[in-house]
Amino acid sequence: MSETEALESMVGGEYKYGFTTDVEYEDFPNGINEDIIREISRRKDEPEWVLEFRLEAFEKWKQMEEPDWPNVEYEKPDFDNIQYYSSTKKKDGKKPESLDDVDPQILETYEKLGIPLQEQKQLQGIAVDAVFDSESIFTTFKEKLAEAGVIFCSISEAIQDHPEIVKEYMGSVVPKGDNFYAALNSAVFSDGSFVYVPEDTVCPMELSTYFRINNMQSGQFERTLIICEDNSHVSYLEGCTAPQYQQNQLHAAVVELVALEDAEIKYSTIQNWYSGDEKGQGGIFNFVTKRGHCRGDNSKISWTQVETGSAITWKYPSVILAGDNSVGEFYSVAVTNQRQQADTGTKMIHVGKNTKSTIISKGISAGESNNSYRGLVKISPRADGAQNYSVCDSMLIGQTCGAHTFPYIESANPTAKVEHEASTSRVGEEQIFYLQQRGMDEDDAISLIVNGFAKEVLQELPMEFAVEADKLLGIKLEGSVG
Amino acid sequence: MLEIKDLHVCVEEDPSEKILKGVNLTINEGEIHAIMGPNGSGKSTLSKVVAGHEAYEVTQGNILYNGESILELEADERAHLGIFLAFQYPVEVPGVTNKNLLRQAYNTIAEEQGREELDPLQFEDHAREQLKLIDMKEEFLERSVNAGFSGGEKKRNEIFQMAVLQPKLAFLDETDSGLDIDALKIVANGINELSGEDNAVVLVTHYQRILDYVQPDHVHVMIDGKIAKSGDKDLAIKLEEEGYDWLSEGASVL
Repeated sequence: MSETEALESMVGGEYKYGFTTDVEYEDFPNGINEDIIREISRRKDEPEWVLEFRLEAFEKWKQMEEPDWPNVEYEKPDFDNIQYYSSTKKKDGKKPESLDDVDPQILETYEKLGIPLQEQKQLQGIAVDAVFDSESIFTTFKEKLAEAGVIFCSISEAIQDHPEIVKEYMGSVVPKGDNFYAALNSAVFSDGSFVYVPEDTVCPMELSTYFRINNMQSGQFERTLIICEDNSHVSYLEGCTAPQYQQNQLHAAVVELVALEDAEIKYSTIQNWYSGDEKGQGGIFNFVTKRGHCRGDNSKISWTQVETGSAITWKYPSVILAGDNSVGEFYSVAVTNQRQQADTGTKMIHVGKNTKSTIISKGISAGESNNSYRGLVKISPRADGAQNYSVCDSMLIGQTCGAHTFPYIESANPTAKVEHEASTSRVGEEQIFYLQQRGMDEDDAISLIVNGFAKEVLQELPMEFAVEADKLLGIKLEGSVG
Repeated sequence: MLEIKDLHVCVEEDPSEKILKGVNLTINEGEIHAIMGPNGSGKSTLSKVVAGHEAYEVTQGNILYNGESILELEADERAHLGIFLAFQYPVEVPGVTNKNLLRQAYNTIAEEQGREELDPLQFEDHAREQLKLIDMKEEFLERSVNAGFSGGEKKRNEIFQMAVLQPKLAFLDETDSGLDIDALKIVANGINELSGEDNAVVLVTHYQRILDYVQPDHVHVMIDGKIAKSGDKDLAIKLEEEGYDWLSEGASVL
């Protein structure tokens, strides 16, 4: 299967990832308390320092309040009614050594999602870490990557096999008590991916993680950590889907990126979690903390996101520009339809000298949805010559949706240059008529208009994913003009 | 090819606003028609109604294309039949290149008409060929549709699109308005190149000026939602000299 076909099936069609896989789970009690956290740590056979990390985070979380500043409305999750750890039953109770040990139903699930894990069918040129509920099922091309010195595995494996690296970096970008959901994640986190690229290395493959929430009772609390040593480079992509359930599920992830001197990390997301039905029933609460640290001089971190799923999105992939001459980028397309609500944006924190950041945000709202951009550009006193350029454009389709922009600029350095542009447009009857007169049907017309609007962002995606993201936008908005 | 019979049209949102009040018009293959008339007489509405704009409602009468009513067809379905409208105010589509729009449009129409679709390279050749007609450079293909175009460029782009899509029946809604004399000649030249035995062109215009360069077979004057008079090119010259008053008075007497 080619990459294009794979992505096509990953994002294509009406929500066709709403199916459930019928697997047997290990028993695990609902709710959150110290015993639960100890039990998670015990089942994962973690060293003491990880348990301490979790317990400290839990102490902080207990003191914190769920934030109410995002421009979204929802019934707060009942934290005692969530299952924080969800693992499937294994042969001999051990993590699979090879694909033969993986539950065939789970393999089939990934095949249906267009991400076959079996060796003969694997995607070419892309290494995949497949995360199913709380666990990484399998990681492809590990050996091939290891030859280049690149470590690509689940965070649980990294804790076992490379504890010194994890210990140094985990929590160094997003501290345990950073915010309510980051603290919750730090207490109960389960598998996400771990990437380590050594000095002077260009990662030979595109890396990706495919997240799947299957268990109705559970949430997903993955933690991802990517470290790029001096003068190295990696491009990473994540994809997300979940079954269609009546009730909401919580997804509270933490992603930390560290770029050392002259290093570059490109992180792309295609988020297509189940978004609920037209009445707003069900769907994922996507409350995520993503942050990159340009620690070395001349380093670069670039976030590109195509956000189309989730009932509620609350997400601000950010960059701390600590190294001199470091570069931060945020390219975002957020589409909301029906009753979806999104409050998303970024923070660019300029600390080093001559640091540069670019923010291109394209919000598209349709149906009765609400779409907000929220962004902070902060220039610290010693960030001489810092520059930011921001563009926030909103597009409205129909009369019943909303678009909002909340830009915050704090500059403490008079040599800094900060530019902000914003626009709001409506897909008009005349625009659609014009394209229909040229032979396109209404859905193709909207798709073309929206893709033109989002072009600056879509072209930042790795080539093989860009076409598919294009299609996803079109499909998401099908029939949105009455 | 096109028969408009006793066509009555109102604004969909406000049925009391009647714009067309019984238009009759027959257009045959190989003909060039000019529809003239004062502002607000319904010329532009007629073009949009033929193209299938949803803001208007046909309350009486019919539009037949090759003998079949097209009233129930969507705008895109009418485009598939070969009906083209050059817009009075061409719409901007930022981020979508002229080339991408036109290739998608060309291939959609070709598919519907059972003609061969063009791959990107073939299409590029075809489009470049048509660029010469309107005297534009190749960058024109890569620019976003009408975004940041001058008024004259937008009008030329409409003619270019017509050239690329090769329609059977083209309504040009005031394509000549706001053009300087050089641009007017280019547009007129394009129209002449594209009109032939198998297709028809309808020029909707305020001015006799373009008719110095394009020879119409028929000239119609539209006043208050009806065709008040039809004739040949001499009618246009008379209108230029005497205005529309003599017709409105005549119409009111009738």
